[in-house]
Amino acid sequence: MDLALDPADLAFRDEVRAFFAKNTPESFKPRVRAGMRLEPHEFVAWQKLLHARGWGAPSWPKEYGGTGWTPTQLFIFETEAARADAPVQYHQGLELIGPIIFTFGDAEQKARYLPAILSSDDWWCQGYSEPNAGSDLASLTTRAVRDGDHYVVSGQKMWTSYAQVANRMFCLVRTDPDARKQAGISLLLLDMDMPGVSIRPIVTMDEIHHTNEVFLDNVRVPVANLIGEEGKGWSYGKVLLDRERGVTAATTLRLSQQVRGARAAATAARTAAGRLIDDPATAERLAQLEIEVTALEMMVMRTMAEAASGQDSGPRASMIKVRWSELLQEVTEFWVEALGYGAAAFAPLAEVDGGGEPWPMLGMLYSRVTSIYGGANEIQRNIIARRALGL
Amino acid sequence: MNFDLTDEQRLLQDSVNRFGREHYDFPAWRARVDRSEGFDRGLWARMAELGWLTLTVPEDQGGYGGTPVDTMVVMEGMGRALMLEPYVGCGVIAPALLPHLASGGRETLMTEIMAGEAVLSLADAEPGSRYDLATVETRAERRGGGFVLTGEKRHALDGAEADWFVVPARTAGGPRDIHGVSLFLVPRTAPGLTVQGMRAMDHRRNAALTMDGVVVGADALIGPADEGYPLLRHAVDLAIVARLAEALGAMEAAYEQTLAYLKTRRQFGQVIGGFQALQHRAVDMAIACEEARSMTYLATLSLDAEPAERSRAIAAAKVRVGQTSLYVARQAVQLHGGIGFSDELAIGHYLKRLTMIDMAFGNAAHHRALYAAQAA
Repeated sequence: MDLALDPADLAFRDEVRAFFAKNTPESFKPRVRAGMRLEPHEFVAWQKLLHARGWGAPSWPKEYGGTGWTPTQLFIFETEAARADAPVQYHQGLELIGPIIFTFGDAEQKARYLPAILSSDDWWCQGYSEPNAGSDLASLTTRAVRDGDHYVVSGQKMWTSYAQVANRMFCLVRTDPDARKQAGISLLLLDMDMPGVSIRPIVTMDEIHHTNEVFLDNVRVPVANLIGEEGKGWSYGKVLLDRERGVTAATTLRLSQQVRGARAAATAARTAAGRLIDDPATAERLAQLEIEVTALEMMVMRTMAEAASGQDSGPRASMIKVRWSELLQEVTEFWVEALGYGAAAFAPLAEVDGGGEPWPMLGMLYSRVTSIYGGANEIQRNIIARRALGL
Repeated sequence: MNFDLTDEQRLLQDSVNRFGREHYDFPAWRARVDRSEGFDRGLWARMAELGWLTLTVPEDQGGYGGTPVDTMVVMEGMGRALMLEPYVGCGVIAPALLPHLASGGRETLMTEIMAGEAVLSLADAEPGSRYDLATVETRAERRGGGFVLTGEKRHALDGAEADWFVVPARTAGGPRDIHGVSLFLVPRTAPGLTVQGMRAMDHRRNAALTMDGVVVGADALIGPADEGYPLLRHAVDLAIVARLAEALGAMEAAYEQTLAYLKTRRQFGQVIGGFQALQHRAVDMAIACEEARSMTYLATLSLDAEPAERSRAIAAAKVRVGQTSLYVARQAVQLHGGIGFSDELAIGHYLKRLTMIDMAFGNAAHHRALYAAQAA
């Protein structure tokens, strides 16, 4: 057992560190540090920069244009990105549909879609949730009826993030209404400019337009856009479970940024008695959060080391997701509290008014969704109880 | 970056766990504590034969030349089986401190300890020190060629069973000064030493010491005079990390027994593990175990890090393992219901042991304050 990196990994770390130091735009950093998403055009610019360096898909195999990095290298890459306040790569193409396409797609689909994910020429959105299919996703009712060489798709998708900028959508649809819940579901790839696709923005509590409702009204989708087999769409998500360790690791390692921001805020804040950080109750609350983040980072290191040696990590990726979201919320709450009135200025009223930089407040608001999306924490606990604990 | 045990460590782990199953099944453990016999000298000798007491002793001194990971493996198994033997004093503290003993008798004593024939205990706390190692008011005055010790020690783990004590005493400086602390090896039979034994709720037999003019020779000094604090700190860090592994073994056992109970206990016509409220609690216990394991690894593998990183890692681990282990033990009692509150199940004894481990060398609150002070 040891925590040390070997010389090759240390050299890799230096290379990555230098890259982030040189290339991370200053304008991104305060928002990245607060756990906020960037603007879509900024995501695209960052992805193109990484792609030009050959690092467009850190977690993909080489044959599809990925880096082929080891789990240890991925861990280093994400640790260094966090250290430099470099952005997270937008994940819906890279992590959610890309791996399904290169695992279950046909040759034509791979050739058509994968390069454009790497170059960020395509923006993919995810058509999974529906108004009545949230946590119980398998109850989705969007229908796809075969008509010659096409499926005719009708229904309504919900919480479709960045549908307003996406040109493609991967969509779970019901192709067999009579089959058992999961068995009647297929995975279809849509173009957002197909006739019958329309979107309505949903503005979230952080006053940002991240997400949307998508209405599908007799959209004719070529059968060639079906991934794998009809009725197997639900099962393709399993490939993502195997990759979950890497995805949760990348996300979780970002907590160090919020901790850093929170500590800086508590150190800069002044009370009548002096620095806020010198107040023992404040210092110990922050210490508690830092210690819990350390425990989670060690869990991540263990899962990455296990991935490197081909071992199973059991339910630890799901556990990490639960703890990450809880801690992100607590740390950003602390950060906002540490700022005091410094967090009050949310937006200017006019060009000449002071608006401040509301990033920690926005990060705190955004953090509320992290314990809901991708399977609410209550659902995560159900899954862990059933699959890992055998309850 | 690697968290795998070596093949040898895996064998050691199997051996410790087998030893626990064979000799510490709960009825046997209960019978032993009911007879009030303290730890089992026969089993202790067996542990010595198995080489557990010399894991971290260098090979040229008759040991195994192992690392803190080896200690972790043994302590985890000891916690799992609620073993009562004085491993921390003899298998962790003695090998760390006795090589620095001034006298030529150190080899003889180490040999006796390694054979399980002599027991050594560190008297680490005083009435006025709470958990601060540098607060030492026991005085050691130079007289003739030796020292005269006067003062009180509030807590010595397994001290009621000890033949030898390591006693920090002040030879210079003020009462909280890290300079001026010297370490002395004091035999239990020393005139002027009163050993007041007490049983803790986890059935360990600890002691408080009163020293009223205890005379020791210069050869009783461990490490340099006045500058014993770094050695003491080092030995206590090793002991803390060892006890984190003990806590880990105990909490995982409590968790596993609770999970098994959830799958067998029936109420309202079904196994109670089918209730979502209890499922989610069990998941939180499982997460707590994972956090504790991760922090135990961090502390164990940080023992050779540079001082600031090492003390930060140990403090963080002491905090989180204390919190998570007590969470698991308390929920283990809760989820067992009334039977969990009885003395007839191991569950309550895990809670008792884990409460004592959290207290040892400073509880979670103490170490969190240390961590915060260091981070500021």
